Amino acid sequence: MGEVLAIAEQKDGKIRPVANEVVTAAAVLAKGLGGSAHALVLGGTGVGERAGDLGNFGAEVVHVAEDPALESCVPEIYAAVIAEAVGSRGYAAVLFSATSLGKDLAPRVAALIDAPLASDVTRLEIESGRPVAVRPVYGGKALARIGFETSPAVLSLRPNAFGTNGSRAAGRTEPFTPVIPDAVGTRIVDFQAAETGSVDVAEAGIIVSGGRGMKGPEHWHLLEELRDALGPGTALGASRAVVDAGWRSHGEQVGQTGKTVAPKLYFAVGISGAVQHLAGMRTSQTIVAINKDPDAPIFALADYGIVGDAFEILPRLSAEISALRSEG
Amino acid sequence: MEYVSLDIIVCLKRVPDTETRVRFSDGATAIEPEGVKYIVSPYDEFALEAALRTTEAGEEGQVTVMTLGNEDSQETLRVALAAGADQAVLLRVQGSVTMDGLATAKALAAELETREDQLVLFGVKAADDDQQQVGPMVATLLGRPCASNVTSFEVNGGVIRCNRGVEGGTEVVEMDLPAVVTLTKGAFELRYPSLKGIMAAKRKPLDVKDADLPASRLVVQRLDYPPERAEGRILGEGAEAVPELVRLLRDEANVL
Ligand SMILES: Cc1cc2nc3c(=O)[nH]c(=O)nc-3n(C[C@H](O)[C@H](O)[C@H](O)COP(=O)(O)OP(=O)(O)OC[C@H]3O[C@@H](n4cnc5c(N)ncnc54)[C@H](O)[C@@H]3O)c2cc1C
Ligand SMILES: Nc1ncnc2c1ncn2[C@@H]1O[C@H](COP(=O)(O)O)[C@@H](O)[C@H]1O
Repeated sequence: MGEVLAIAEQKDGKIRPVANEVVTAAAVLAKGLGGSAHALVLGGTGVGERAGDLGNFGAEVVHVAEDPALESCVPEIYAAVIAEAVGSRGYAAVLFSATSLGKDLAPRVAALIDAPLASDVTRLEIESGRPVAVRPVYGGKALARIGFETSPAVLSLRPNAFGTNGSRAAGRTEPFTPVIPDAVGTRIVDFQAAETGSVDVAEAGIIVSGGRGMKGPEHWHLLEELRDALGPGTALGASRAVVDAGWRSHGEQVGQTGKTVAPKLYFAVGISGAVQHLAGMRTSQTIVAINKDPDAPIFALADYGIVGDAFEILPRLSAEISALRSEG
Repeated sequence: MEYVSLDIIVCLKRVPDTETRVRFSDGATAIEPEGVKYIVSPYDEFALEAALRTTEAGEEGQVTVMTLGNEDSQETLRVALAAGADQAVLLRVQGSVTMDGLATAKALAAELETREDQLVLFGVKAADDDQQQVGPMVATLLGRPCASNVTSFEVNGGVIRCNRGVEGGTEVVEMDLPAVVTLTKGAFELRYPSLKGIMAAKRKPLDVKDADLPASRLVVQRLDYPPERAEGRILGEGAEAVPELVRLLRDEANVL
């Protein structure tokens, strides 16, 4: 009874890095519960081709729901399919990634299968043979340790908080043929890609965030150069002051009324470190602060700080990191 | 824009001010209430503003605000009435609401089912438990379409068109009313209540009903303070400190 199901996201037929992470976490949890990890991939025709790769991260069985109706994510349809896959198979836990998609789908699935949900979990444990979740509350000012009265436990996991472990063999894929609901009240009519960067700040491994200390949007090229020097997987972030001023879009805002992030490396440049900003980034692994005010609160949280003018420090930092990376 | 007239209900939650220093004792499962200032959860303010602007553009449309909470939540509802909502409903609980969003969603859905509002608005997440789940759960329980994380929308004869933030950009979705929308930060910064609004709020209807809140199936076993981060280091001043930073990021933090 220790089976765990991971909902594995794909984009354009490619398994996303967050999926590898959620499957890794499912494998660790399943092992502790004495069961095995399963994954579920949903998508259009051809999505099953790379799905077996999830076996490398510990999925014993990868269920593949392949249907033209699943090409793009209509949430009512996706939620119904996932709920059907969970069914009454006795999973001890169902894990989502706490991405935009996962945060939208997990509550719908939880409601359909009538199971409570713990969102944006940063740690998983096992106690008396049952999953226990740890999740930040009050903007990260406290950590709540949560048990589940019923099974399955439904959870969404904060991207980058768990990591991946991908050394195993390919998994067995099994087709899953769901009932596709036909009449739904939601129609996706358009998608407008954000102008900068392909990595979403909520999932990026490295984030370069700028605040009001950057003085204006015309100086963002300095942050873009640092982002490019750090390589793919790096995203730009922003403080609310910057978003409110219209310098950057809200999609980049980090904090209580923006995204919550947990990258391995976070640069706060010209950001004072107000509690509402810290709420969004305090679970980052390593934090670097660049600020001209030695008393800025951000330095209390940062692992490494440089006091000084960002306009002078950034070009040198980008150059040195570029040099380091080209050395290999 | 076409003439619109529709009733909107906004679900909002009373939460500690985001500036509040949360305190709790060892082994506690809830924060100490003393000294905590309460506010309307910030995203719910966006939802309220969205509702007010939508009905102002039409006629006859009523904006109702509803919360599930204890007696003190009346104060929170009055704040929303002062900002311009027409009426309020308190679904009263004895004790407190829990972290189990599905239990909250069931209590809200039971009341919503008895009403005719064509649009139900939520904040994308409440700033206390940060669960980000109640809106889509209510929609699912009611069998209504739902768009989450919406920055702006427009209603046009029975159809709502929403811009929602997703990975890598903005998705535009259309839904038939009645529908559910959860708001994130976007075009809807809540107005300040006018003195007239504050006076009027005292006379607006506030209906108090006993809620039917199922028992929580998520058990908070304990709250802990986040682990102290290791003492940070100021490496120096200006660009001179850069080589040392890069070295530490590579050799000590292992992140480059
Ligand atoms: C309900 C609520 C929700 C909120 N949500 C969020 C949120 O989600 N995210 C968020 O970020 N904020 C949020 N805030 C706002 C928050 O309180 C702060 O106002 C905001 O974070 C400040 O942004 P900042 O650090 O860019 O600007 P400031 O506080 O103005 O700081 C600018 C910093 O830049 C430094 N600086 C100036 N010039 C230079 C230079 N040349 N080189 C280096 N450093 C320089 C200054 O020393 C200063 O520390 C929220 C507030 C409320 C009330
Ligand atoms: N007790 C409550 N009463 C009314 N609305 C609520 C309550 N709890 C949550 N909500 C609504 O649901 C949204 C999401 O809350 P949550 O899922 O708890 O993060 C909030 O922004 C509110 O709009």
